[in-house]
Amino acid sequence: MKGMLTIDEVKHLAKLARLELVDEELTTFQKELSSILDYFEKLKEVDIENIKPTAYALDAKNIFREDEPKEKYDEEMIATMLKQAPEKDGRHVKVKAVL
Amino acid sequence: MEIKNFTIKQTQKGLKEKEFSATELVQNYYKKISEIDPVIKAYLSLTDELALAQAKIIDEKIAHNEDLGMIGGIPLAIKDNMLVKNFSCTAGSKILENYLAPYDATVVEKIKKAGGIILGKTNMDEFAMGSSTENSAYQQTKNPRDLDLVPGGSSGGSAAAVAADLCVGSFGSDTGGSIRQPASFCGVVGLKPTYGAVSRYGLMAMASSLDQIGPFAKTVEDAEILFDVIKGKDPLDSTSVEEKDSRFKIQDSRSLKIGVPKEYFAEGLNQEVKEEIEKVIKKLEKAGLKIEEISLPSTDYALAVYYIIMPAEVSSNLARYDGIRYGLSSDQAQKLEDVYRQTRGTGFGKEVRRRIMLGTYILSHGYYDAYYIKAQKVRTKITEDFKKAYEKVDLILTPTSPIKPFRFGEKSDPLAMYLSDIYTVPVNIAGLPAISIPVKPESTIGFQLIAPWFQEKSLFEVGKLYEKL
Repeated sequence: MKGMLTIDEVKHLAKLARLELVDEELTTFQKELSSILDYFEKLKEVDIENIKPTAYALDAKNIFREDEPKEKYDEEMIATMLKQAPEKDGRHVKVKAVL
Repeated sequence: MEIKNFTIKQTQKGLKEKEFSATELVQNYYKKISEIDPVIKAYLSLTDELALAQAKIIDEKIAHNEDLGMIGGIPLAIKDNMLVKNFSCTAGSKILENYLAPYDATVVEKIKKAGGIILGKTNMDEFAMGSSTENSAYQQTKNPRDLDLVPGGSSGGSAAAVAADLCVGSFGSDTGGSIRQPASFCGVVGLKPTYGAVSRYGLMAMASSLDQIGPFAKTVEDAEILFDVIKGKDPLDSTSVEEKDSRFKIQDSRSLKIGVPKEYFAEGLNQEVKEEIEKVIKKLEKAGLKIEEISLPSTDYALAVYYIIMPAEVSSNLARYDGIRYGLSSDQAQKLEDVYRQTRGTGFGKEVRRRIMLGTYILSHGYYDAYYIKAQKVRTKITEDFKKAYEKVDLILTPTSPIKPFRFGEKSDPLAMYLSDIYTVPVNIAGLPAISIPVKPESTIGFQLIAPWFQEKSLFEVGKLYEKL
């Protein structure tokens, strides 16, 4: 754990998170994120020797089922979903060039 | 007859005795919404076409003397992060401004099946991130008990709709207090069920290991009825489980032992809230319940644990909003990565972007162990605190929030806002069921009862007893 984030670190995070930020926001986030990270320093005092991490509150195990198409996904539903794609080609969703 | 502040049973009685028809009932609520909601702003959209069609079916059932079902004919509201087929679902975000739900959430399907009438979708903090509903991209909901104050959040619209009697009951989601805190601020009852008791299928995920859907109601009895409608295992949500048999059968709620954790009465608790909670404790003690001071030693770390685990899960869950398949999409971008960056940069509000950034940092290489794994280990300790406490007591009583509802714009610092959830987050971390009940009718202070896993029944029993005291 550490102190103040640098502007470059904030820029790098925004890139990883695929968020376009304006310069003014970079400095606000730098300040706010640093103060929240400071708050986490509290956890340094906790003794976690031999403690197992908890991911879910209940003892969740893998739950398996057959991978079969359900009738539920009817044409009407597919039409509603397709209609919402910003760009498409027939029943295909189109994306911009990757490179 | 005037339909005012009706409970579920009162409404059903009126329907069955033909004091009013379901159609008249629904029209009555829409009239009230058109008169009052321009001020309160609880609803983001109305589903009148659906509601009137549902009311017609109920009226036919009444005409044929058929069974109405558990909530047959009851007008309800749904937080706008749960899908109602063919209606808009925005999660309070611009990124989903034009999104149409292609199917019903499991809870919505259950509500429809039980005869519940869906009046509309309620306002919320964007993607359920906030404690005042001020983070909605659309409107600010006002607290019906005092229009200068926030209704709490993130399910502020659902809480305000019940408080202003713009529906009989409503549904919200609770990740760190988003049902209980607004219930407390608006003077209504709010229940966060045990993690897994209610299916999350069709609820827009915020932090999947913490999210849970629950009801808002005017009385504890109504909250119990609404919970009974939505609970149960769902094959479409593998974390949902069948209701387990109660560990103990409640013979007499007056014989229960209630633990009061000393850590919840420390620094930061508003004096008036403290005094009101002490009165609640005295009332219950006078009614015969045993009160015992207990300790939950890891309480002080719960908020830090929450603000590590929650943003980590948020940053992963919200990756799906990318401008490709639905929702807002940047039309300026030439390349795929720019579509993502521009869509998400302009479509998400500030708090959402802040939490995505924080979660991305927490999960990034080099910090994962220091933050995420550490928080998960402390999560174990917080859960063990509760387990130990329940060896001695049946229920735990705390204030729902350390503060009373605040003014719009008062909490501009994110950390100050986060602190209003300090008594509710430990419950989500441990996955326990908890209810917030107004200390007295229409009060903007609520007390929280926390039960062991799957012991919702004991919350309802003590809650109903309290309402009669």
